Amino acid sequence: MSTTGYIAAAWVGTFAAVGAYAVWILRRGRRASELVPEEERRWM
Amino acid sequence: MTIDPTPVAPVAPPVDVSPSGRRPAPTSTSSRATRILGALSLAGIVALAVFGLAITPPDAQLGETIRILYMHVPTVSAAYVAFIVTAVGSVLYLWKRSEFWDLLAASSAEVGVLFFALTIFNGMLWGKITWGVFWRWEPRLTTTTVLFLTYLGYLAVRRIPTSVRTRATVSAVIGILAVVNIPITHKAVDWWRGLHQEKTIFGTVDPEMQGTQLFTAYLGLTVFLLLFAWLVIHRFRLAWLTERAEERSLDDAIAARRAEGVEEVAP
Repeated sequence: MSTTGYIAAAWVGTFAAVGAYAVWILRRGRRASELVPEEERRWM
Repeated sequence: MTIDPTPVAPVAPPVDVSPSGRRPAPTSTSSRATRILGALSLAGIVALAVFGLAITPPDAQLGETIRILYMHVPTVSAAYVAFIVTAVGSVLYLWKRSEFWDLLAASSAEVGVLFFALTIFNGMLWGKITWGVFWRWEPRLTTTTVLFLTYLGYLAVRRIPTSVRTRATVSAVIGILAVVNIPITHKAVDWWRGLHQEKTIFGTVDPEMQGTQLFTAYLGLTVFLLLFAWLVIHRFRLAWLTERAEERSLDDAIAARRAEGVEEVAP
């Protein structure tokens, strides 16, 4: 693989991993919100 | 003095106010603050991509590979911050015995492990170009592995089925002990001779990094710290909701069991 390929892998891999983790948290957060009464999920 | 008996016309409630008079609770872990933080992070990522991949020139010594360091250095810095937050949260948990500090420590450790894994990933790609191999058991990489495994162990301990208090106490002790690895890993390049290059920023080496290169490095640091804050807030809220949901589930199970007991006793 060329240097450009490694650079692309670094950038794409980094933001893809962070993005996937963010989506995982947000989706789980939505599901968990449905199980908890309103008073327990009032954020600042 | 006469008082006008006419009542004041009631003010129409805002659209987003529930019949109980309070704003409806959010149906996710998002809030106004996290949306602003998220928008700033996204704008920062776009700016970082423009500077890191297009505007910044190749380095005189590192060439194009410096573009990998624009990912490698900010991710490791954010991971160190995350692990320090875990240690501070752990100390405050042992002092205050508050669920808040326990969940903050755990949330920060998880995000830190993600960033640290990305640091290793980017470092391996950089190593393949520069050294010709993805991995060498040299001092910095060895201490990095120990640090990574320590925090994986921290997360594994948090999954052991035990009481909430025991889990929080044991993981707090590990969270405090584990942070000692950070200075050892960071100073490994100074204390032992190895392949890894010396400190890129916040160090005395690499005087070539200046101008747009240095700006891009600090921009990357800012972006990843924003991302860290955004992820930790969401992860903390998810952990909080999960704890509340588990409590409710347990309460419901106990109530159901008691109801069964009453039915059995009844003639």
